[in-house]
Amino acid sequence: MRQEPCLISIPRGSATPVNDVCYPAPVAAAGSLPNPETPRHAAVVRVTHWITVISFFALLISGAEIVVSHPRFYWGEVGNVMTRPLFTLPIPSSRDTVPTGYGYVLPDQNGWSRYLHFQAAWAVVLTGLVYGISSLWSGHFRESLFPAPADRTWRAFWEVIAKYLRRAPPDEAEAYSYNVIQRIAYLVVIFVLFPLVIWTGLALSPAFDSAVPAAVTALGGRQSARTLHFFVSGALLLFLVVHVAMVVLAGFRSRMRAMITGRASVPRERILERT
Amino acid sequence: MRPISRRKLLTTGLAATAGLAGVTVATRLAERYGLIPPDHGGIYGPGETLTYAAQRLLTTHSLAREFSRSMISKSPFANETPPPNDAFKHLQASGFSDWRLSVDGMVARPASLSLPDLKSFPVHSQITEVTCEEGWSYIAEWIGTPLIEVLNAVGLSPQARYVAYFSIDKDWWESIDMADALHPQTFLTWGMNDGDLPVSFGGPLRMRVPRQLGYKSLKYVTRLTVTDTMKRFGKGLGSAEPESGYAWYAGI
Repeated sequence: MRQEPCLISIPRGSATPVNDVCYPAPVAAAGSLPNPETPRHAAVVRVTHWITVISFFALLISGAEIVVSHPRFYWGEVGNVMTRPLFTLPIPSSRDTVPTGYGYVLPDQNGWSRYLHFQAAWAVVLTGLVYGISSLWSGHFRESLFPAPADRTWRAFWEVIAKYLRRAPPDEAEAYSYNVIQRIAYLVVIFVLFPLVIWTGLALSPAFDSAVPAAVTALGGRQSARTLHFFVSGALLLFLVVHVAMVVLAGFRSRMRAMITGRASVPRERILERT
Repeated sequence: MRPISRRKLLTTGLAATAGLAGVTVATRLAERYGLIPPDHGGIYGPGETLTYAAQRLLTTHSLAREFSRSMISKSPFANETPPPNDAFKHLQASGFSDWRLSVDGMVARPASLSLPDLKSFPVHSQITEVTCEEGWSYIAEWIGTPLIEVLNAVGLSPQARYVAYFSIDKDWWESIDMADALHPQTFLTWGMNDGDLPVSFGGPLRMRVPRQLGYKSLKYVTRLTVTDTMKRFGKGLGSAEPESGYAWYAGI
């Protein structure tokens, strides 16, 4: 059954309209596409997105600098140069106490890196709170991120993946709404990776652990928490790379315009294609 | 571009005013309740202040995790130790029998304590983890005199807000607030793993602050000063660490 009112419908190849997936547009509008006055991304989404971008880069750079002071990872409660590592990154270190195999020591950057890391962590956590609360309030999660019932099937996933594999250009509707794979990816980042990276990071605070020991013991110890923090950060970095690549493939200018000004429009390059 | 409605202008203005007033009131309250760290200035001041204030509200009385004896690291890592200076070598030659800890500042009875004096206080031990800001860690048993015992003995002034402590190496000094100074796990440590505290681990006397990173656990302590402000010490940032770019509060 086709849901009413269906303001954005994403056609599924040659399937009959019955199989169409219907996502409601944020605001009622005449015609098959949303009112051009309706922003593609709400102001709160745009602002929190860009604060998160800046904070995430600060966390990434400062986090990498902190890793350089001890590029060895362990499992369990304790680990140091006298114990066996789980793995070692093949990079030089900023400390001469770490055996790296390199004949030189990098300059120590941990002071500002640590200050910046925690300041950026506060920025991203507070921004995340604003985003999360406003999204619950506005229905952003429900409407824009949770997949529609018809999309919660392997077939729906596969159709989107097949489209990506064919390297087909995005549908016009995808300028106004996310497909099921995008939705799942964003939900994993928001509800799995960010909470995990915050938890594993907090578990590295000796003062926080004194108040909430379970934060670190549940992860298998301090060094396990550090190793997990590294891997979850890596997963977020992987998301960032794929996310930016997809934005470029979908039309960098139009997607950037939508996330900066809120205005979505059919990319100029595609209008030109059709003429 | 749509014109901004009067209502929107009004609500935005009100929100901005309320926000500004909120920040002002919060700053006043934070100062009053000791939630602002000495290194609150500069571009990283906001993050540092949020961290310190949050920890002081959440963790003033919580105890650092203690471990079972079987968890004690078989080969703990001492880290780099500064080359001992002449004064240290001189004291080491006589087995540290002349090592003194002077206690001064806002106390009723300033004192100079020998190691046997310190050992005459109730002896406590803890099996806790040393966590370095670089990422590594080890667990050891630390035996010593809780700092609170010494502070009580010398008569702490009610105005006291910080305890500054100094290494025999004048470049190394630290300070903690009263929440950490009076904390039962903050030790003047002279023993480790059932023996004397080895020189490489800070012997003969090391401050142990297990709820903060390793650099607050200063080695070779010779002096304590109780004070109500850190402004008069060094550059006024609380300790030597912020002067080289590291946070004063290291509980994270």
